[in-house]
Amino acid sequence: MRLVTYGIAAVGLAAAVLTSGASAQSPAGGDAARGEQLYQSRCGACHSLDANRVGPRHRGVVGRRVASVSGYRYSAALQARAFVWDEPRLDQWLENPTALVPGTAMGVRVPKAQDRADIIAYLRDQRVAASP
Amino acid sequence: MNNAHDGLRVRRHLLRGGVATLTVAGITALLGSRDVALAQKRGANAAQDAGLLNAAIALEHEGIAAYTIAAGSGLLQPAVVKIGVAFRGHHQRHRDELVRAVTALGARPAAARSDGEYATALNAGALKNQTDVLRLALRLERGAANAYLGLIPSLSTAEQHQLAARMAGDEAFHAAILGNALGDPIPADGLMFGA
Repeated sequence: MRLVTYGIAAVGLAAAVLTSGASAQSPAGGDAARGEQLYQSRCGACHSLDANRVGPRHRGVVGRRVASVSGYRYSAALQARAFVWDEPRLDQWLENPTALVPGTAMGVRVPKAQDRADIIAYLRDQRVAASP
Repeated sequence: MNNAHDGLRVRRHLLRGGVATLTVAGITALLGSRDVALAQKRGANAAQDAGLLNAAIALEHEGIAAYTIAAGSGLLQPAVVKIGVAFRGHHQRHRDELVRAVTALGARPAAARSDGEYATALNAGALKNQTDVLRLALRLERGAANAYLGLIPSLSTAEQHQLAARMAGDEAFHAAILGNALGDPIPADGLMFGA
């Protein structure tokens, strides 16, 4: 059926054309190995790298246009945005998704900056295989 | 002089009265606009909360399906199936509570997908034995406990906070049972969820 609007969009890491891009700070250097563990424990209830579940699949999310995963039904709030998930945006998203994109169905917060940086470092490494 | 003085008094009185009248009108208008603003904020909060809780319903739908798929997989011992069915009942209770909450907010609860879709999304075909199934269940339950704890700050009412916390407790209970069944060591440190 439909994954409905709740795109817990989690990962979807989308980001909004936030009001002040200037306030977006790049996260500190992340530890991708620790990030993998955190991804499993903090994001894994709703997300997978390669399958749309409660939230959209995450492989290739860093650098991806918001609300652009095929087959996933995003919230109207995310669909209305037009930006790219860069690392600062992902950091803002994980810190407080409803502040970044009011109306999103993704509400899970990752309060610690280092945890966010580690998760983002892991996601940065999960690239979509290049077409032959 | 007296007339002039009286006139001044009258003018002051009228002014005071006018100011008073304006003030009452202004306060009424201010209160009205504040009420409107508060109503708008409540409406926005309700819509936001409904979206977040609907995502939680989607999570519970997946959990219910996961236990159904596991129970029918033929990979589990009967005693383990019994535990899984009990856990599925807990998730059904969660779903029902969340549906009630979303409906009370005036929104439409999220619908479930087919078990086949959930099986594909969870890569159930890769499960080869009971340990594989228990590992998947543990991963999902641990993740769900963390998800509910991470969701609490985004919800706007104490009732919703409590509901999410209670469900996180159930998920943590499931994770503990599953970890024990798998022989996982007891975590060395406390505060093992939510951070």
